[in-house]
Amino acid sequence: MLITKLKDKEMIASLLKGKVFVINCFGCKEVHFPEEEAKALQKEWADEGIVTGVLTTDYICNPENLPLRLERHKAEIEAADAVLVFSCGVGVQTVSEYLAPKRVCACCDTYPLPGGQGVTPLEYDCDQCGECWLNLTGGICPITACSKSLVNGQCGGAKNGMCEVDPEMECGWERIYRRLAQTGRLDVFKTPVHIHNFATDLELKQE
Amino acid sequence: MRITECFDRGEFVVTAEVGPPKGINIDGIVAEAKEFLSGITAVNVTDCQSSVMRIGSLATCKALKDAGLTPIYQLTCRDRNRIALQSDLLSAAMFGIENVLALTGDHTKLGDHPQAKPVFDLDSVSLLHTMSLLEQGVDLGGNQLVGEPPKFAKGAVVSPCSDSVDVQLAKMERKVMAGAEYFQTQAVYEPEKFIEFMETAKQFGKPVQLGIVLLKNAGMAKFMNRNVAGIHVPDEMIAELAGDKEKAKSGETGVKIAAEIIKACKPYCQGVHIMALGWESKVPEILKLAGI
Repeated sequence: MLITKLKDKEMIASLLKGKVFVINCFGCKEVHFPEEEAKALQKEWADEGIVTGVLTTDYICNPENLPLRLERHKAEIEAADAVLVFSCGVGVQTVSEYLAPKRVCACCDTYPLPGGQGVTPLEYDCDQCGECWLNLTGGICPITACSKSLVNGQCGGAKNGMCEVDPEMECGWERIYRRLAQTGRLDVFKTPVHIHNFATDLELKQE
Repeated sequence: MRITECFDRGEFVVTAEVGPPKGINIDGIVAEAKEFLSGITAVNVTDCQSSVMRIGSLATCKALKDAGLTPIYQLTCRDRNRIALQSDLLSAAMFGIENVLALTGDHTKLGDHPQAKPVFDLDSVSLLHTMSLLEQGVDLGGNQLVGEPPKFAKGAVVSPCSDSVDVQLAKMERKVMAGAEYFQTQAVYEPEKFIEFMETAKQFGKPVQLGIVLLKNAGMAKFMNRNVAGIHVPDEMIAELAGDKEKAKSGETGVKIAAEIIKACKPYCQGVHIMALGWESKVPEILKLAGI
């Protein structure tokens, strides 16, 4: 089981630039979503008239179903400056990959709950770190896509695009850099120094 | 002495590197450093290089300092969390070891204890940031240090001949933002790539030392081409090493190649860092031949 919690309001507000398309991934058995809070927030946005459309569904992490679902909202997505996703980290990564170079933002942090882990499809993985980095990394998770889980950029260990720790694995930071370049977001390399907060289990965060 | 003072004076700063042994007797490397590296600005001491367990960098730095040399303490984030890193930084400062080179560190899987837990609580950027905080008398937890804060010369590394040099430059900029005052580079064998890199890197306004790894034979060059990130030894150099095996074995070829690279790159950088990998005795010869 996972639990997702909305990022704090200021953080989400900083993602709002222009019009937004909203994707809610509710109804997955593996994940508990903050459905009421998310809906309340989205109602505020709708009242402000910045929402081009909403897709509420389940299992957006399924890359076979996702395109069909998004296709129906194509015009609404095109009209939006950003797509805001309320889901676990896997869902955000799936949508980011599919919609690139569209700006896709994570509105939730994902935490583990004791018990069995959810099923992660394909190559997308969420470490449930509770401090989702995807808004700074073009929707590619640096925690799971980098052998060292680096959050400030590439180390010196990539050769021909591959990670020296695992020659089968592409360097996560080269992927992130390419995605950021493609989406015109290389300015995130100018954001202040990032430091992991490992005190992110739910109880500590809620104190 | 802080190495940054030498850059500030406009000196072409020469450093070299020693690797501590797997054992407690370091008389050999201290004697060698005294004999061959006394004439240069400072000596880097590697921190369990390539994730191979050895005697500590800090202890070796202290021994070199006691022997009259200026050590550069290489500190990686591979084996220690933020508490241990800050504690070791304070320990270094207490010993008067002020030159610190901040590295993320190789992954544990590449070394001789692949079963070890890789830490990476911080990385090179956040470690530089932490050093900057300690200099202001505050630790990473936001707590005040007692008494006079430490002062470091904060170094970092960059890989100028990497096949993803744009990604390296982006990281370099973050290191500067976090407080890096000078850079040492990964080994360079392609001066034209280094010069092109410097064209972009000079905007950061921080001194860069050209990295040199002394080539011992053609096999080593081929091995690095296959396995070492950010390094490419051109075919001509490999042919030169393979051509006259005696000259390669004696070090003559490697020394000549190193000196040529230094001469080609010197107008574009602020110093050179020589990694002789056990051939420290050749360092004076390289510098002489390069006209330094």
